Amino acid sequence: MSAHLSNGRVNLNILREAARKELREFLDKCAGSKAIVWDEYLTGPFGLIAQYSLLKEHEVEKMFTLKGGRLPAADVKNIIFFVRPRLELMDIIAENISEKNGRPPQMHSPRDFHILFVPRRSMLCEQRLKEQGVLGSFINIDEYILDLIPYDGDLLSMESEGAFRECYLESDQTSLYHTAKGLMTLQALYGTIPQIFGKGECARHVANMMLRMKREFAGSQTQILPVFDSLLLLDRNIDLLTPLATQLTYEGLIDEVYGITNGYAKLPPEKFAAQKKQGEVGKDLPTEPKKMQLNSAEELYAEIRDKNFNAIGAALSKKAKIISAAFEERHNAKTVGEIKQFVSQLPHMQAARSSLANHTSIAELIKDITTSEAFFDNLTVEQEFMTGVDTDKVNTYIEDSIAQKDPLIKILRLVCMQSVCNNGLKQKILDYYKREILQTYGYEHMLTLNNLEKTGLLKPQTSTRNNYPTIRKTLKLWMEDANEQNPNDISYVYSGYAPLSIRLTQVLARPGWRSIEEVLKMLPGPHFEERQQLPAGLHKKRQQGENRTTLVFFLGGVTYAEVAALRFLSQMEDGGTEYIIATTKLINGTSWIKSLMDRPEAP
Amino acid sequence: MAFITANWNPLGEAFYRKIELYEMGWSLRDGLKECLVAAAPYGGPIALLRQPQRPSSSARPQLEIYSSSGANMASFPWKSGPVRQLGWTVCDDLLCIQEDGTVLIYDLFGAFKRHFSMGNEVVQNQVLEAKVFHSPYGTGVAIVTGASRFTLATNIDDLKLRRLPEVPGLQGAPSCWVVLTQDRQTKVLLANGVDLYILDNTSCTPVTPPGLSPQACSIVNMAVSFSYKYLALFTDSGHLWMGSANLKDKLSEVDTKVRTPPKQMVWCRRPKSQQPSVVIMWDRLLLVAGECTDTIQYTLDEESVCVAELDGVRIIGGSRHELLQEVPSACQDIFKIASMAPGALLLEAHKEYEKSSQKADEYLREIKEQSVLGEAVRQCVEAAGYEHEPETQKTLLRAASFGKCFLSNYPPEPFVSMCRDLKVLNSVREYTVGIPLTHTQYKQMTVQVLIDRLVYRKLYPLAIEICRYLKTPEYQGVSRVLKHWACCKVQQKEEPDESIAHAVSVKLGEAAGISYSEIAARAYECGRTELAIKLLEFEPRSGEQVPLLLKMKRSQLALSKAIESGDTDLVYTVVTYLKNEMNRGDFFMTLRNQPVALSLYRQFCKHQEQDTLKDLFNQDDDHQELGNFYVKASYKEKKLEARLSLLQSAVDEYNKAKNEFAAKATEEEKKLLRFQRRLDEEKGEALLGLSLQETLHALLTSNFHKQAEQLYRDFRVPDKRYWWLKLTALAEKDDWEEMEKFAKSKKSPIGYLVCCLYNLYTMLFIQLAT
Repeated sequence: MSAHLSNGRVNLNILREAARKELREFLDKCAGSKAIVWDEYLTGPFGLIAQYSLLKEHEVEKMFTLKGGRLPAADVKNIIFFVRPRLELMDIIAENISEKNGRPPQMHSPRDFHILFVPRRSMLCEQRLKEQGVLGSFINIDEYILDLIPYDGDLLSMESEGAFRECYLESDQTSLYHTAKGLMTLQALYGTIPQIFGKGECARHVANMMLRMKREFAGSQTQILPVFDSLLLLDRNIDLLTPLATQLTYEGLIDEVYGITNGYAKLPPEKFAAQKKQGEVGKDLPTEPKKMQLNSAEELYAEIRDKNFNAIGAALSKKAKIISAAFEERHNAKTVGEIKQFVSQLPHMQAARSSLANHTSIAELIKDITTSEAFFDNLTVEQEFMTGVDTDKVNTYIEDSIAQKDPLIKILRLVCMQSVCNNGLKQKILDYYKREILQTYGYEHMLTLNNLEKTGLLKPQTSTRNNYPTIRKTLKLWMEDANEQNPNDISYVYSGYAPLSIRLTQVLARPGWRSIEEVLKMLPGPHFEERQQLPAGLHKKRQQGENRTTLVFFLGGVTYAEVAALRFLSQMEDGGTEYIIATTKLINGTSWIKSLMDRPEAP
Repeated sequence: MAFITANWNPLGEAFYRKIELYEMGWSLRDGLKECLVAAAPYGGPIALLRQPQRPSSSARPQLEIYSSSGANMASFPWKSGPVRQLGWTVCDDLLCIQEDGTVLIYDLFGAFKRHFSMGNEVVQNQVLEAKVFHSPYGTGVAIVTGASRFTLATNIDDLKLRRLPEVPGLQGAPSCWVVLTQDRQTKVLLANGVDLYILDNTSCTPVTPPGLSPQACSIVNMAVSFSYKYLALFTDSGHLWMGSANLKDKLSEVDTKVRTPPKQMVWCRRPKSQQPSVVIMWDRLLLVAGECTDTIQYTLDEESVCVAELDGVRIIGGSRHELLQEVPSACQDIFKIASMAPGALLLEAHKEYEKSSQKADEYLREIKEQSVLGEAVRQCVEAAGYEHEPETQKTLLRAASFGKCFLSNYPPEPFVSMCRDLKVLNSVREYTVGIPLTHTQYKQMTVQVLIDRLVYRKLYPLAIEICRYLKTPEYQGVSRVLKHWACCKVQQKEEPDESIAHAVSVKLGEAAGISYSEIAARAYECGRTELAIKLLEFEPRSGEQVPLLLKMKRSQLALSKAIESGDTDLVYTVVTYLKNEMNRGDFFMTLRNQPVALSLYRQFCKHQEQDTLKDLFNQDDDHQELGNFYVKASYKEKKLEARLSLLQSAVDEYNKAKNEFAAKATEEEKKLLRFQRRLDEEKGEALLGLSLQETLHALLTSNFHKQAEQLYRDFRVPDKRYWWLKLTALAEKDDWEEMEKFAKSKKSPIGYLVCCLYNLYTMLFIQLAT
């Protein structure tokens, strides 16, 4: 179930186990049968920690979704609310359990109520429950500290959708506080991280909180040999460009096209129906989307997910040959021993074959899209922007797309991209785009446009100087000869564009940020380096040729393509650094822009 | 070493020994006569309530608190009502249960802490008898009233009174009763004559102990063991029945031949006891009875009290304090006369070795031949733990250490930790400290609790020394002790704030994990706000400072500390507090100086209090946000007029914000809405709420070309987009004539048109084909 978490450089299963242990302890605190009432938002993240079976083992018999009105009937001793600390949720809970709410007396044996706040309990919420007159009804009020959730062997996510919006639009630093707390938990399990680097306002804030918390907990720290050599905190707003671009890795494209939520993708079922039952094709096509878990537990997927999509065909056909060759082996098996060995490998081979079939289907689905003209045109424009072609004019493709009323998010992605690549748009051009958007998609989107301007994704050009070309040249963000099949540089993940965030990471490892001071000054927010004192005797003695381990934390989200690029760097033979990636949320341009949109409810 | 066994008495297979712990330091004129006595287990303190010599209305009883060695810790005249029972809590607090059901709680030094009542009905009926008991839930109190009703409180720190059901036929107090904890439930077992009942929350069940001798007419005393596993009953026929507390098994029955009801009866067991045994006390006689018919009898020369312990019974008298216990098997093996146990041989070998006699070698050889040297060492180490005299401990440990030399891979931990434990134990058994803990008790109660006990006794230096010696992690050990010290220090009223704050900071210094806020809270409780604030400044965890600062009404400071901590929930909490405390103007001003708090409060308002949000923007003259606010509000409004007026407000605000674009766009929006309404009313269309583009499209497909033209001009729609739109619309409804007209009316967007037409034709073609 979780073996893939322990395969990486750092055993992230420790973190998962710690989280599971805490969950079990809480459940056991409420003796007897239980029903859980879920804040719907939490079910996804919890799925990464514990399956239903774990809950069942601890006498969880029923599960409900938190909603207004009366609680559904359940003949259990305990009702546990799993909720985020939000006031509106408190009101719902109060409504749920209030005596006034017509709960038929004597219908149930008396039930015990409990609340589990995720990730932290909140005085504000408890106050609200008190005001509602229900605080006393709770036997246990506890918190379940779930900040960083192990997502894959080298990937941690806080699964906090609104983090970017909160930090950069609403100046609400709650998620940064949770980040700092999460990093403290991580250090409690994996040792103090001796070096902290960072770039950006939020990064600075998180680092400050971490240093403060370390002082606060002085003396209670555990004596663990540090697993991480350094931590790099990166604000998303130093690199607004990357998430806007269409990801071109296999995993990235699945995310772009179908979306990956909490490690699962929902795919159109048609392609997967045929292989199931060969006899009755087409009889009953499943209408439910096929839900697939995508992580490194699946051997084939781990192998191909980070490849550029153009290299997927070759990889799949190579794999197909290997698998059929393996099946052919049976003809060579002569002795009983050989046959036995073959049979013992069968389950593994069959799993590989079905995995291959699945991914071939997915690849076909995606190929239909990537070979379409629309996709090609869109990509061409993106690449023009990234290379700095005509970014200071109204772009005809965008104009036409608006006229044809293409999806608004697509338009916003492109306009923002043009703005970012041009260090802002001329007022006239900006107003033109805005007007076109308002007239076509409705005036209510003015608020969304306003949000995009506040976060700097869209902006009027203030100075005449556009420093994007300088940044592009210094950091080599555009590589003409990107090799998609056998990449030699991270730029393969966007077929030419090397993500700025990852370039910064790469330069930090070698030769160091001092070489790019000029560029760093052009990006928003301070850059810094901090050292944390290690207790005597815990200094790591590095073996000759042993790689360093760096934790890169993206505040405000990271894309799968960026993750792929970091994995590529980890695997480089002379890289010298292996990366573990952490983020507030895995994002793509669409989900990111969506999180910034304001949709006032229509009358 | 014959003298070690001198005080051993055999009882069946086992031996019992009575050792003197202390010669009591108190000087009581009449011993324990006429005294209400309570002594806490685990070598805890002793409380005496002495009735006045001549009962007169003016003389008051005297309450005295002593350590186990008889050192006075407190003494004061009792001014409250008549006391029925004294008892100690697990935290070394004294409970005084009065006749009227009030329970008063005092600390070790006689300072009053708080009181609670055992229920209203008790005031009338009075408490006849009361018992203090300990369970995993804490310290509890049980009483029986004049109306023969029992009331229980399982944990006095979380007081929940439970009135137990009536006992049939019971008048006045039962002949005897005990409190039991079984299956996580607290019950009362009581005897009324020869009838036994178990009382729990809901029922009163009669029970019969299996095999109780038939001569008995009445059960006159009963005792439950320390672990609540065993029960002893004493009958008026002089029989002692022993069995399990669930009354399922009988262990033995002994005829003591004494028919007078005993003064006290307690179990005398130890973990891994060889036999069950009970100590029974009469005025002049102490008797130990076990499985066999024999008993051990001691004469008592003074009034005494028995205290049940985990591994024996302490007997406290006017002049002496003794421990009576079964001799542990390790000690028996080693010291029993003519014992050939490995430990005994090793001890002998070591003795010879010290005399430089070659016999040492002989003994050693013998042990080694049986290859029991490891066992011998283990026995000596274990026995050392059971011995009270440091000299005997040392002899045994030396022997063990000697034996260890001849073993190659004997694990050192047991030996080392025993040496450490004994050093700690000897230091607390010291007369001046007066905690006569045995090793078994010590292991059961843990170092943490021992440190707590020392702290309650204000023996801070010793506690710190022990923590350092045992290398207890700082925040569990030294820091905790220092915190208690500081909490005590801030209560010294005569010292000025400055010097106390200084003394505290110097002593606590950089000690890890000190919670200054707890100390400050204590200072505040004592009414020393200034001192509390001074102390809070030392608190490194800004989050911890906030609740107390709020309590002390230092809300501004609380706000900046909350912000410093980065914990947004804390900031919210303070902000909500400020909101209720201050008038609106001041509140807004305060927020204005704290941007972090301000933006959080805005978030709060956005979800909870829209109107306040507007006020906030107004105060800051944030016209842009006000504009957005009105726009947002307009979408929630159902009536068009209201919506338009909100939009007009937005336009005004945008103008003030010098956001020309937004102002113009909003004007356009208004225009569009009005246009849509007009058309909806006139032509029965449903345009309201559509975007401009959608409106145009709808108009074109419904043949309102003129109106579409008008919109196109009024809103200055770019030609290209309009043509595209028109062509699509016309093509959709196959209106080729209109399309021709349109194509001719315009100058020459031909290149574009051709392209469009081409697309459309192909579209059409496909449509036809299918």
